Amino acid sequence: MGFSDADLAAIGLTLRLAGITTVLLLFIGTPIAWWLARTRSWWKGPVGAVVALPLVLPPTVLGFYLLVAMGPHGPVGQFTQWLGLGTLPFTFWGLVVASVFYSMPFVVQPIQNAIEALGERPLEAAATLRAGPWDTFFSVVLPLARPGFLTATILGFAHTVGEFGVVLMIGGNIPGETRVVSVQIYDHVEALEYAEAHWLAATMVIFAFLVLLALYTLNPNARRQPS
Amino acid sequence: MSQDILARFQLDWPGFALDVDLTLPGRGVTALFGHSGSGKTTLLRCMAGLERASGGYLSVGGAVWQDGRHFLPTWRRPLGYVFQEASLFPHLSARGNLEYGMRRVRDAMARSALDYAVDLLGIGALLERKPDQLSGGERQRVAIARALALKPRLLLMDEPLAALDLKRKHEILPYLERLHDELDIPLLYVTHSPDEVAQLADHLVLLEEGRVRAAGPLGELMTRLDLPLARDEAAESIIETVVAGHDDKYQLTYLDCRGGRFAVGRLQRGTGKPARVRVHARDVSLALKEHRDSSIVNILQARIQEIVPLNDWQMVVRLGLGPEASIPLLARITRRSADLLELVPGKPVYAQVKSVVLAD
Repeated sequence: MGFSDADLAAIGLTLRLAGITTVLLLFIGTPIAWWLARTRSWWKGPVGAVVALPLVLPPTVLGFYLLVAMGPHGPVGQFTQWLGLGTLPFTFWGLVVASVFYSMPFVVQPIQNAIEALGERPLEAAATLRAGPWDTFFSVVLPLARPGFLTATILGFAHTVGEFGVVLMIGGNIPGETRVVSVQIYDHVEALEYAEAHWLAATMVIFAFLVLLALYTLNPNARRQPS
Repeated sequence: MSQDILARFQLDWPGFALDVDLTLPGRGVTALFGHSGSGKTTLLRCMAGLERASGGYLSVGGAVWQDGRHFLPTWRRPLGYVFQEASLFPHLSARGNLEYGMRRVRDAMARSALDYAVDLLGIGALLERKPDQLSGGERQRVAIARALALKPRLLLMDEPLAALDLKRKHEILPYLERLHDELDIPLLYVTHSPDEVAQLADHLVLLEEGRVRAAGPLGELMTRLDLPLARDEAAESIIETVVAGHDDKYQLTYLDCRGGRFAVGRLQRGTGKPARVRVHARDVSLALKEHRDSSIVNILQARIQEIVPLNDWQMVVRLGLGPEASIPLLARITRRSADLLELVPGKPVYAQVKSVVLAD
């Protein structure tokens, strides 16, 4: 007994979803984290709160509004239709968009914390050493804030793997398209296939454990002080 | 003169305002001196472009770094900056830190500037170490070398010794003195330490509450009676001299300036070499005749230039040494003596100097 083809398809889909979401989030989340860490603008509070919303909202609420927005009559849906892409709900890319919102705080906050801990001084030192802003980001910020980026990558990936409510709301349950592992487990249980559910569920437990283990060993809570 | 530094900055922050308009010499060490909160660090950061003073003006050696319309960002300004804390990049070795800036200046001569800086600061043996394996003093020496290796047109130092204990300070000061002797670019040096001023500075800018109280050559400002420096308990005069010769019998060295000759304990320094000396105002007494029946070795001809009361019982006197009275020297005497000797401006006197300290 092991994984069925449907189980394997769900695992593959889940990994693809989490991978694409994480990469997108690193590109989208880093500028947001940078801005949040360094701005003195009045907007810092509201923007930070919006980014953190998925931490406290029930996934169904987030999923519901994304469904409405991306649906045929929603603003995002109208836009994607105008682009000739159709609508996003009940497609893989709809899940990707939803996951980006859902996992945003898990990527933004570790990066934001790492950049805040860095302080102003290394950036100023780099500027006095002829490094422009982009140069400074890649030669100073990225290496010094690496633990933060690592944490963000791991948490963003793991959190996307674990989502359920948002997937059901946005993606439904289409094999090979939106049926991820968590939904597959739900299906097994609904069908009283407990053994199959066990296989997948236990795999998720081990995965979650390994992720956290990696997090704590690769990134022991040692904040490096710029000297 | 186009070689000079022209700086004009105005800042209006809550609780602090900066308003300066300065012309600084294009060579030598200029100390920005003042209490904390006087705006000296802010002024330095404005010059570096780290603070954006809109409407400010700065030109260095004829090149405009900012004016009303243009603002060169820090990383495009050909400067070197040394922070109070060394601020080395912790992920790079000392060598990596040095090369970080050097690689970005794209100067064919950069490699030789790096070698020179490593040599000048004596850090050759430390290059492979990470910053957390260096002592505070060593870190600061690497930071200074890192700034020098850029071959900057202007060197800015923000209290580079303030974060170090006394022992580390004395470890670094000789290197800064070497820098002072060899540097051919202007160095602006922020400090609140009179000792560092006396040892390193050629020019002085006195800042008070964001404004320039006075600016000029060090020897002149230290002895201006309308400024707080001359009225301080530790008031002193700085005199630039040249080694004139040695007395082998009594183990003395003679130091000449235009105001006369000082004798000090034997120096390991060749004839013709410069020497800067400090004379405390409290170590100078005045006489109307040249007393050769005294144990005081250093007796110089002088003329009284100005005399003002210091407190109920003391006066502070500015003398001009030498036939032209061109070298200023402070003396602190009692009011009683001033009356007894009938001291008035213009009167010729003999300055008896009890103690002369080498400053460099």
